[in-house]
Amino acid sequence: MHTSNTSTTGHEKGLQDLDQVVIRFAGDSGDGMQLTGDQFTRTTALMGNDIATFPDFPAEIRAPAGTLPGVSAFQLRFSSFDIHTPGDAPDVLVAMNPAALKVHLKELKKDGILLLNTASFSALDLKKAKYDKDPRTDGTLLGYRLIEVDLEARTQEALVNSALDNRDRERCKNMYALGILYWMFHREMAPTEKSIAQKFGKKPDLVDANLTAMKAGYAYAETVEIFQTAYRVLPAPMKPGTYRNIMGNQSLCLGLVAAAQKSGLQLFLGSYPITPASDILHQLSTYKHLGVITFQAEDEIAAVAAAIGASYSGCLGLTSTSGPGICLKSEAIGLAVMAELPLIVLNVQRAGPSTGMPTKTQQADLLQVMYGRNGESPVCVISASTPADAFEVGYEAVRIATKYMVPVVVLSDGFIANGSEPWLLPDPETLPPITVSFAPAGKPGEKFMPYARNPETLARPWARPGTKGLVHRIGGLEKQDVTGNICYDADNHQHMIETRAKKVANIANDLPPTATIGDRTGDLLVLGWGSPRGAITAATQRLTQQGHKVSCAFLRHLNPLPNDLLALMRGFKKVVLPELNSGQLAMMLRAKYLIDVQSFSQVNGQPFKTDDIEAFLKTVLAGMKKEVRQ
Amino acid sequence: MTSVDRPVMQKKDYKTDQDVRWCPGCGDYSILNAVQNAFAKMGKQLHETVIISGIGCSSRFPYYMETFGFHTIHGRAPAIATGVKISNPALDVWVVTGDGDAMSIGGNHFIHAMRRNIGLKILLFNNRIYGLTKGQFSPTSEQGKVTKSSPLGSVDYPFSPIALTLGAGGTFVARGVDVFGAHLEEIVIKANAHSGTAVVEIYQNCNIFNDGAFKGFSEKEVRDARILYLEHQKPLLWGPNKDQGIAFDAQFRPYIVTGADLGKAYVWDETAETPAPAMALATMSETEFPVPVGVFRRREKPTFEAGVQAQVTAAKSKKKESLRDLLYAGEIWDVK
Repeated sequence: MHTSNTSTTGHEKGLQDLDQVVIRFAGDSGDGMQLTGDQFTRTTALMGNDIATFPDFPAEIRAPAGTLPGVSAFQLRFSSFDIHTPGDAPDVLVAMNPAALKVHLKELKKDGILLLNTASFSALDLKKAKYDKDPRTDGTLLGYRLIEVDLEARTQEALVNSALDNRDRERCKNMYALGILYWMFHREMAPTEKSIAQKFGKKPDLVDANLTAMKAGYAYAETVEIFQTAYRVLPAPMKPGTYRNIMGNQSLCLGLVAAAQKSGLQLFLGSYPITPASDILHQLSTYKHLGVITFQAEDEIAAVAAAIGASYSGCLGLTSTSGPGICLKSEAIGLAVMAELPLIVLNVQRAGPSTGMPTKTQQADLLQVMYGRNGESPVCVISASTPADAFEVGYEAVRIATKYMVPVVVLSDGFIANGSEPWLLPDPETLPPITVSFAPAGKPGEKFMPYARNPETLARPWARPGTKGLVHRIGGLEKQDVTGNICYDADNHQHMIETRAKKVANIANDLPPTATIGDRTGDLLVLGWGSPRGAITAATQRLTQQGHKVSCAFLRHLNPLPNDLLALMRGFKKVVLPELNSGQLAMMLRAKYLIDVQSFSQVNGQPFKTDDIEAFLKTVLAGMKKEVRQ
Repeated sequence: MTSVDRPVMQKKDYKTDQDVRWCPGCGDYSILNAVQNAFAKMGKQLHETVIISGIGCSSRFPYYMETFGFHTIHGRAPAIATGVKISNPALDVWVVTGDGDAMSIGGNHFIHAMRRNIGLKILLFNNRIYGLTKGQFSPTSEQGKVTKSSPLGSVDYPFSPIALTLGAGGTFVARGVDVFGAHLEEIVIKANAHSGTAVVEIYQNCNIFNDGAFKGFSEKEVRDARILYLEHQKPLLWGPNKDQGIAFDAQFRPYIVTGADLGKAYVWDETAETPAPAMALATMSETEFPVPVGVFRRREKPTFEAGVQAQVTAAKSKKKESLRDLLYAGEIWDVK
């Protein structure tokens, strides 16, 4: 928390202005931490701050209460300036039980605020959290600004007149905590009042209890002596326009639907539920009124296969998955490559290998989607880098898939999928047009050529079954160019492999010059793709402010790569690439361009911390100075 | 139906310019012939028909039919066809598959097509062997079968595709034989008339790797004595003089009736609600009992694609939303 000035206006106690705050809510999976974080986020977005969020929860729906594996957390950072990440260490930790304290205290900043629920500190509670001694009395909490509140007792008192039973009353304690934080950070309660009323509209007793608890928490904070000051974070200067807070999976869906509307195509999603991609299936299934068809298939293979069938018949076939699901789809994606049909594969990456850590983030499927199919099987690969960016990426996927008649893999990850940020809403009128044309009916006596190609894009015609004069046969066997007949001829096979590769390579001709933050030449270029974008941007900005000649650039298109990438990399003495895998894109770039791209790898299931990237870059810069001296 | 738009069709209209590449003498030729005849009789228009196949000898079928055709990947034809049919229910979608493709690698998609009752017509060529990979036992091979991959005889028990289909909730289940051309044509026409998933198991001789698998009941000399033709609302009688019948006991176990007891022969009802008699016929011993062919089950039930499209149509008429309204939804705020 950086204090910029102090002010006491409009608040009975002291009011201090901050430029940013990082809050982490941590509690049991059943404590409502995600809901609490979400409410704080909505309110704060509406109050005009820039925001970034990071939900971090276990894969288990309800691990045993009070245990370490059951801890669920939600971190949010809000500010009066443009931010790129949900922050590294929190300024404020809300710990709802000893287990949450145990898991998250080590990350709290020194001198940070700790709001601790003291309701459950029995010997058993401590044991479940693997505390030998009570951390409140053994010095563990020294150095933090500790606020102890028995949230359960306070909530019960506040709800003494509620119609709910004891258990349901106690479950409102998260709202009591939210009320305390609303006072501390000078937030308005009206957005939450509205939102809770909508969410639990059919249960007025529940709405009443939640809001009563929140207001009681607010009043408590205002009254008691432990809070000397409240804090205020003024709105961030943001580009003019209309904003909406958005999560990555949501905006990806909206981008796809927008592109379908613009192109006049019907969307068809074939999907099998899998964390953290299931929300795509959930959301698209609510868009039937927009003509979107969703099909919950019997397995991952059927999901992609049905999507291919849909594309074959003239809809735009999508499939969404994660982790092991992408492996299962490999063979079918190869068929789409061979049949030269548009197909969009949404891969919301999670930590692997195998089942791995389903709710944790990673970017380790890049090589899988690039090369994980039999034969030479090129597909287009693009990636989303922030929750709002996923909208444009979804839109771009449709443009490419239909223009080039190719499968497009969209890489997102758990961090983007569930994270959120304010999204400057685009004007639907100014979205670039997507023109799709189907092969017209054939003339009598004329034979349709399914692999006759557009000379510029090399795309073959999209021939919808049901159209007269277009009957033809396609399939996974190698085929003669133009006619599409089965063909085992050596020269033809060579030609077809080269053609399929060329078709994907041609996509690069559409791409704008790669944007950089910072100069286009200098000492160090930090390249990134996907969700590390925020942390890389923040780290680069810090180094620039410290006088280093560091720039950064982000790759949305991973296959094909932008045509200007080589020249850009050559403008710097060194290129560093932080990614949440063991150096996969770095390996691709080194292989393709013979440039000594240095990988900065992290594979712990967590997003990068800005501090860690900054430290690594500093080491690289220091090494470069040494080299010069030698 | 004859008009400018729907011209009368002839068998030759369905032939493609591709040379048929099945082994000479393969049962697939007679099936192709029967299907082309049936299609001509039904007046199927080329551009309205899609034939989707998986992998295996049978799956080459689309290349020999002058319709839309998609030769896909092993076992997945029902899943791909499902996407086609949901996207455009007006299309006439056929799946051609084999015992390995449908019962082994694609078993999951096959049973889920039944569960959904999606309007696919599935022709399952059952030769009880893997032909394209040159002769390993298949999931319908008899136990103890000696093949390249089972030199001491296969340990696996076989599936009955008919029983599996019935068990998975199939609404049209029938069996034909490659060499019974006219009968097969009839069954293909009946399958076509069914709105939901229709499965036709076709016994098909692989003269290279499993020659004579069905000759014990399919050859001309033995046919009358060994084949039980299922005819709707007629008693289950067979034999050259129709002097043997099948009856069921209280547990639906089949037994043979003759002479004075012939009147006890069960009167076949392919539309029966209970699948029990059909299941009994599908699982009775091929050596002790005759081999039933014809329609085992035919029950109309709303189709999957109609249900999916109905939801979309209803949602469209209930809610209109512009792209702007869709994007500018939820809690939005303006920054000046």
